[in-house]
Amino acid sequence: MYRQKYLFLLPGLLVLVAIILFPLLFTIRVSFSSWDVYNPGLNWIGGDNFTRLLADSRYWQALVRLSLLTLATVTLQYVLGFGLALLVWRDIAARRLFRVLFLVPMMTTPVVMSVIWRTIFHESLGPLNPILDALGIGAQPWLSQAGHALAAVMIVEIWQWTPFMFLMLLAGLLSLPQEPYLAARIDGAGPIRTFLSVTFPMMAAISTGAILIRLIEASKLMETIYVLTSGGPGTSTETTSYYIYIRGMRDFQIGYSAALSLTYLVVMIVSLTVIAKALTRMVVKD
Amino acid sequence: MKHTSYLALKYLVVLAWSAFVVFPFLWMLSTSFKSANGVTGGATWLPWLQYEPSTAGWSALFGGPGGVNILRPYLNSVIVTLSASALSLVLGTLAAYGLSRFTFRAGPVRNGDITFFFISQRIMPPIVLAIPFFLMLKTLGLLDTLTGLILVYIALLLPIAVWVMVDFFNSVPRGLDEMAWMDGCTPVVTFLRVILPNAMPGLVVAGMFCLIFGWNDFFFAFTLTFTKVQLLPVSIVALNSSVTPWWALSAAAIVSVAPLAVLAFVVERFLSRGGLAGAVR
Repeated sequence: MYRQKYLFLLPGLLVLVAIILFPLLFTIRVSFSSWDVYNPGLNWIGGDNFTRLLADSRYWQALVRLSLLTLATVTLQYVLGFGLALLVWRDIAARRLFRVLFLVPMMTTPVVMSVIWRTIFHESLGPLNPILDALGIGAQPWLSQAGHALAAVMIVEIWQWTPFMFLMLLAGLLSLPQEPYLAARIDGAGPIRTFLSVTFPMMAAISTGAILIRLIEASKLMETIYVLTSGGPGTSTETTSYYIYIRGMRDFQIGYSAALSLTYLVVMIVSLTVIAKALTRMVVKD
Repeated sequence: MKHTSYLALKYLVVLAWSAFVVFPFLWMLSTSFKSANGVTGGATWLPWLQYEPSTAGWSALFGGPGGVNILRPYLNSVIVTLSASALSLVLGTLAAYGLSRFTFRAGPVRNGDITFFFISQRIMPPIVLAIPFFLMLKTLGLLDTLTGLILVYIALLLPIAVWVMVDFFNSVPRGLDEMAWMDGCTPVVTFLRVILPNAMPGLVVAGMFCLIFGWNDFFFAFTLTFTKVQLLPVSIVALNSSVTPWWALSAAAIVSVAPLAVLAFVVERFLSRGGLAGAVR
């Protein structure tokens, strides 16, 4: 009778293995070849692609930039998302309206909104600079200077994905039990003390989950870059994915970009595992 | 006194963030009713006062002059998103039910590892898969076709479906299954007659996430299709690289973003009823 259990698992498992595992194995094989526009095909050049990669400073710069960008945006998203969730958690008028509003950006297509953001950041025709002018801050060279372009990318990412943090954390807050809050009130704890010793510890597990999901998704960052800055000015906003895209899909250096991809994947898996372990340990210790 | 200023600050922050959220939407709404005059003179917001409203952008979407053809891409996007979501939901629900109710063992591999294999696919950056997908679809003759895209999107969405549904089935009491088994139902019949009708909340959440991630994907549609088939995000980004008719661009963006924005209301209902707590844990 339990033979039937395979009817449940196997269709999905086989489809996923077929779609994902074969391409991945293929990538591993390709990374040891010099497949490019001129010599398409699977020759064997040993680890040459990987030695070349070690000396490719543009790749490592992109990787460092991606890491810093990811850590900074996810941290900001977490702080903002948590703050907003606390604000519309209870005791506020029209809270359901605000909740809907705060969720909307994560439902919108990132590239489509990036196209719109590009018009917003436009230095002479966009609406942002006139507003900054009126506030006395002055117009900014949003997409033509490295620092500003990175800030623009961060603003878009924060607009788009803070709602995800907000969603996870509000769902967590709404499922918290009431008793600890009664106890805190009886003990005469103020709002800050209540947050630090009641709310935050109870939210630690869901916070870890939300942060990890966002770290995973944010470290793939490339679509926003493609639309908003195309990696520029120069290479100053290139992320790893975007650089691999240039090498693979534009220069058609299939072999080399496969080596870049695999290195990227390994770096991501290792660093995300380390971060996951560290976060979990912090949570468990508390 | 202290209480009032706290309240004022609270509403100030909430309203400030609301303004930030609404800002791009208002901008694209107002831009979609502009003509060249309303754009090239610098940023304007107020129709009639600052610019003469025009429906050029909107008529361009529906075959008017300066036409941008987004109807066909729109339809393509609907077909790909719905088919891939439906297939992922079916395969994912079956697999999740299996993983939550039966024990699988293959060497050192246990249920937990299989579940992890499904979910861990979300870690894979799209760029890592793009080139092999390209070559795979080329070999199968599926490059630049809807079928090829649907196949690829299943890889994208199936992990999400399995993730949500495993969690969901784990929260459905096993007693339900056991009663049906004692009545002599086979596992398949049990699943179809007893479990599935009770799985609606989980299916809605999983389906919603599939729709969001399917509809909003750009990268695979961008790298795996060229001329015959175009999905909506790709056609809108293509508008961006041409001589930027901001009005048509904004109108197209609104049409593309609107259907899913409605989902925010659905999600909020789940939230406020406490229905998401289990799903996101």
